[in-house]
Order: sequence, then structure tokens, then C-alpha cells
Amino acid sequence: MKTTELRSKRKSTEAAGAFELRLYVAGQTEKSVVALANLKRICETHLAGRYRIEIIDLMKSPQLAVADQIFALPTLVRRLPEPIKKIIGDLSNEQRVLVGLEVQRARV
Amino acid sequence: MAKVSQPTDRLPGLPKAPTGIQGLDEITCGGLPAGRPTLVCGEAGCGKTMLALEFIVRGATEFGEPGVIMMFEENASELTANVRSLGFDLAKLVSQKKIRIDFVQIERCEIEETGEYDLEGLFIRLGHAIDSIGAKRVVLDTIEALFAGLPNHAILRSELRRLFRWMKDRGMTAVITGERGEHSLTRFGLEEYVADCVIVLDQRVQEQISTRRLRVLKYRGSVHGTNEYPFLIGARGLSVLPITSLQLDHKAPADRVVTGIARLDEMLGGKGVYRGSSVLISGSSGTGKSSLAAKFVDAACRRGTRVIMFAYEESPAQLLRNMRSVGIHLGPWVAKGLLQIHSSRPTMQGLEQHLVVMHDLVRAFQPSVIVVDPISNLTLDSRETEVKPMLMRLIDFLKQQQITSLFTSLATGSGAMPEDSQLGVSSLMDTWLLLRNVEFNGERNRTIHVLKSRGMSHSNQVREFILSDKGIDFVDVYVGGDRVLTGSARAAQEAQERATTELREQDHRRKVEQLRSKRRAIDAQIAALQAQAESETAQVNFAIAQETLQAATAQQNITAMVQMRGGLTGDNGGRKEKR
Repeated sequence: MKTTELRSKRKSTEAAGAFELRLYVAGQTEKSVVALANLKRICETHLAGRYRIEIIDLMKSPQLAVADQIFALPTLVRRLPEPIKKIIGDLSNEQRVLVGLEVQRARV
Repeated sequence: MAKVSQPTDRLPGLPKAPTGIQGLDEITCGGLPAGRPTLVCGEAGCGKTMLALEFIVRGATEFGEPGVIMMFEENASELTANVRSLGFDLAKLVSQKKIRIDFVQIERCEIEETGEYDLEGLFIRLGHAIDSIGAKRVVLDTIEALFAGLPNHAILRSELRRLFRWMKDRGMTAVITGERGEHSLTRFGLEEYVADCVIVLDQRVQEQISTRRLRVLKYRGSVHGTNEYPFLIGARGLSVLPITSLQLDHKAPADRVVTGIARLDEMLGGKGVYRGSSVLISGSSGTGKSSLAAKFVDAACRRGTRVIMFAYEESPAQLLRNMRSVGIHLGPWVAKGLLQIHSSRPTMQGLEQHLVVMHDLVRAFQPSVIVVDPISNLTLDSRETEVKPMLMRLIDFLKQQQITSLFTSLATGSGAMPEDSQLGVSSLMDTWLLLRNVEFNGERNRTIHVLKSRGMSHSNQVREFILSDKGIDFVDVYVGGDRVLTGSARAAQEAQERATTELREQDHRRKVEQLRSKRRAIDAQIAALQAQAESETAQVNFAIAQETLQAATAQQNITAMVQMRGGLTGDNGGRKEKR
């Protein structure tokens, strides 16, 4: 898994991208792998074609943690649509992720 | 203050990081445990953040140890504004890369929690901040905010444990603040994780007076002061008042300052007290302490030097009026700008604040003499444990400025020796004058004596001290017999003494006269006897002459008879013829 690869793959769907998501992780820990897998699955299921994921590895660029006020990892930040929402944890509870991202309402 | 880290050399094996906070390094024998976390806990508003910040700022500016401040409650600009009042320019230190501030904002409403997570983000942020400036010190203020932001306390607790471990491994000297809980030191039991050093701050209101206090509850592997020490937040940051903080290195001027009362100066080796020394006047109420102090003030103003009076019992106007009644006119000195009188109720503010106010006023006015009247009022129930360190600090400060200080003190504890009630502060004083009321024979009189006066010969005599509208005067007390008498008793005793002497002299004169007349009588008697003896002698001689005459006459008669009888004289005549 490489950040850049994932971003380029999703670039085509940007036009419809109502959801701009950022996943903060710290290296390839078990939790970050699980979180990314969960996120991809949820997005494909509920937001196909309407999302963009940016993965930020704080091990490589620690200075980025301040801007989004990251303290727990992994943290998923919904940058768009506003307001900013944060979901911390490995995103294993799909329902709560959807509530957190307010996806349900968006679909309705 | 850099000097204070030296004593720690006595304890090898436990390196310490000096805080630079006045007094705290003395209590902790050199500072906080280096490379370990210290918990500072206390209620809201008791000064936790100030302590933590000063630790960082002084570390960066005085000890060459850059520091990271991780704030959970205030943001960086608020913080910078708040500490500017203490003279800390955080923004400048940040731009010099001596300090780094990271504000961790936790908005409960925008956070959702699902599944496993850890606080690695916090570790990374902290680690990044530390690395960017090469920090040696860390402050986490107040990490307990995490408990409010994150519902999963189990994860939080294990992560906090890991965080403290991690900071220790990185050799960070850390200060972690925590709000005091109801039944524990901190609301979320942080003391469980930070076991090396715990400092408890406290702001207590006792008898309506609020005082901040600091206590080192625990310091693993080091001796430390265990008392509660009052502290204050002044213009130079925190200042703890430990008894041991005295640096006895002030100069000792040899010149003297007169007290304004010639007889008192005489009692003090003839020259008064040393400049820059501390004088205590103690006595029960109405013994004339304030008047004596006022005279001292008057004398200083006469010399043209500046004086501050801190009056805790009387308003300036009342003080001036009352002193006028004993012939001490302080009003002109106030008008001339030589004398400042600051009156306040001791209960108006805490002890610490009084000290701060005193410091500020003294710095601003630069007096050569200050008078505190009375110190005993500074605490309502004379908690000497508090007054003493405060006074010690004040006197130390004054001595360094070579300001002569005079304190009056109301001796409480009637019945007992008045000396006893002052033992707490008397050791701080160079000269101690004791005023006493001597009640005898229906009147009260004032006496004064010098209980001690360091570095000079002083009188051991008790003097009577007279306050009248002409001023203050000292009189020798009556010390005849086995009593010390004052006032009218002294006068009466002296009169009686005079009368007695008079009588005795009369008596003597009378006795001498008696003796003289007796002698005259004896002389007369002797003369009479002599006369008698002479007359008797004359009588005896007369009788002898008479008898001799009679005998001669008789013989003549016989002879005549014989001749008449014819010349025959018998045997008698025959013998005569034979011859």
C-alpha cells in the first residue's frame, strides 16, 4: 500500500467527490492496516465515486499532526463536507463510522 | 538563583533539574527530578500553570534547557498574553527556538469513537516538538482534559502509562499538572502514573484570608522539605517562602542610626541602632510601641531620609493626630514627601499579597527606614509559622537594600512572660526593645528595657518611659531596696526616703545634744563632789588643829600647876635632873 498510489487511483472520481477524507496513521501498524481496509470497504459500499481518501503517515511527516489536531491514531478526518468531523479508532463499527461521517443523511 | 543547584551534589545518583523558582529549589534540595515526571496538582486557580510555565521559561533562559509546553486547555496566544504580566516573553522565546508550545484541542462534539486506537498521535506531536528544539523539559497542562474528550478511559489510562514511560525513556524532565479531585490528588488519579515527585498546591481561605501554599508531598529518592510553604505569584513569577531560603550574605553597615530618643540611644551603646538592622518593639497594648516607632520615624525624617510606615491599625489621619498628642509631628514630613504612610486592614489581603505590596512600595519609594506597626496584626491568630517566613523574607530583602526596619509587635498571652510570645520572630531581630506596663498601687506605668541588641554594648537597666504632651522621656526607675518602682510610687518612695533621712538626722542631732547636756550634768556633779571633799578636808584639819591646841593648852596647864606647887615634880622631875 502506498499513499500516492491510492490517491492517483481515486483521482478519476474527484468530480463527484462530496467527501474529502483524510486518514492519519503512524506507520504500518495492525490498527492502521485494519482501519484503512475498513475505510475502503465502507466508502466503496456507501460512497462509491463520491469520495477521496488521503492517507497521512505521521511517522514520515509528524508536523502535519498539529493542523488537524490529531492526538489519537488512527484518526479519520472528514474535511469536506463541512463541518470537520473526526472518527478515531480502527473504524471496525461500520454503523458508527456512517453516523460519524453523516453518510446516512447524505444518501437520503 | 543558579547557585542553588549546588547543594544537590551531596546526593549523588539523583540528578536534579533546577526550576529557578524562588524557594522551590531550596525545598526540593536542588529542583525536580531530572529526566522524570513530576505531578503538580491543586484546585483551579491555585497556580499550577504558572509553576509549570515558570519551570519551562527559567529552564530555557537560565539553565539552557529548552522546553516544550503542551497545553490542553488554553491556546498559545491566550497563554502568551497571560504570562506576559509576569515578564515572560513567550513569543520571543518561541522564535528563538528555546520554547515550543503545542496546543492540543479536543472538541468532544466533533469526535466519534469506533474500535481500537491509541494516542500515538500525541506521542508523535510531542516527539516532534521535542526534536525540533532539542528540548529537555516538558509540561503537560492539563492532560486530564483527555478524559473529558475521550470516552474510553481504559485505553486512555494504558496510553498515559505508556506516555510517562516514554518520556522517562527520552530523559524528559516533565511537569504534569492535574486538577485536584474530591477524594484523590487528581480527578482522574494521575498520581498513579507519576510516582516520582508530587507537589500539591493549595489556595485556602482561613479566617477570610486566602493564602496560597505549596507542599512537596512526595519525592522519591530525595530528601525534601515536607512542610506547607506559603507562596505568592508576584511580578517576577512564583515565589515560595521557605525558611531556608535566606541567603545570609547581606552587607553589615557599621554606621548607626539614632532612634530619636537620646536616653534610648544611650541605652544602645550611646549611638542608636545599626543602619540596615531590624528592630523589634514588643509590648502589650498601650505600652507606647507606636509612639516610640513614630519618634523613630520623626528622627529619620529629621535626617532628611525617606520613610515608609505600614500601619495596620490606624488610618494615616488618625495616626498623625494621635502622634501630635504626644508631641510628635509627622504631618510636615508627609507634606515634604519624606514620609509615606500606608494603612490597610491586615485582613484585606493574604499574607503573601501584603509581602508583594511591601516589596513594590519599597522598591518604588526607596526609603532608608521602614516601620511596620504592628506585625502581630498581619495574622489574626498569630500563626507564627506563616508570619515568620514572610518576615524573614521581608527582613532579608530590606537588609540587602540596607534599609533599617522597625517592627512593633503586640505581645499577647497575658500573664506569661511577654518574651515568650515573641520567640518566633525575635530571632530575626537585631535589636529588641521590650515595653512593659507595671501596674502597682493603683496606677500603670511604662517601662522599657533593651532585651537584646546584636553587636553593641547595651544597657541592662530598666528605664521608666514617660509619654506626655511634651513627648517621650526616659526616667531612671527607683531601684532602692529590693524593688523597682515607677511613677508616683517611685515619687512617693523617693519622698518617703527623703523624710526618713530628715527624721534620722534630727534624731541624731537630738541624741548629740542629750549627750552633751548629760556630760554637763556629770561635770557639775564632779564639781560638787570635789567641793564637798574640800570642805570635809578643811573640817578635818580644823578638828586636828583644835585638838592639837587643846593638848598644848593642857600641857601648859600641867606645867603651870607644877611650878605653882614648888618645883617638885616627883619621879618625873628627878629623872630630868639626873640627865
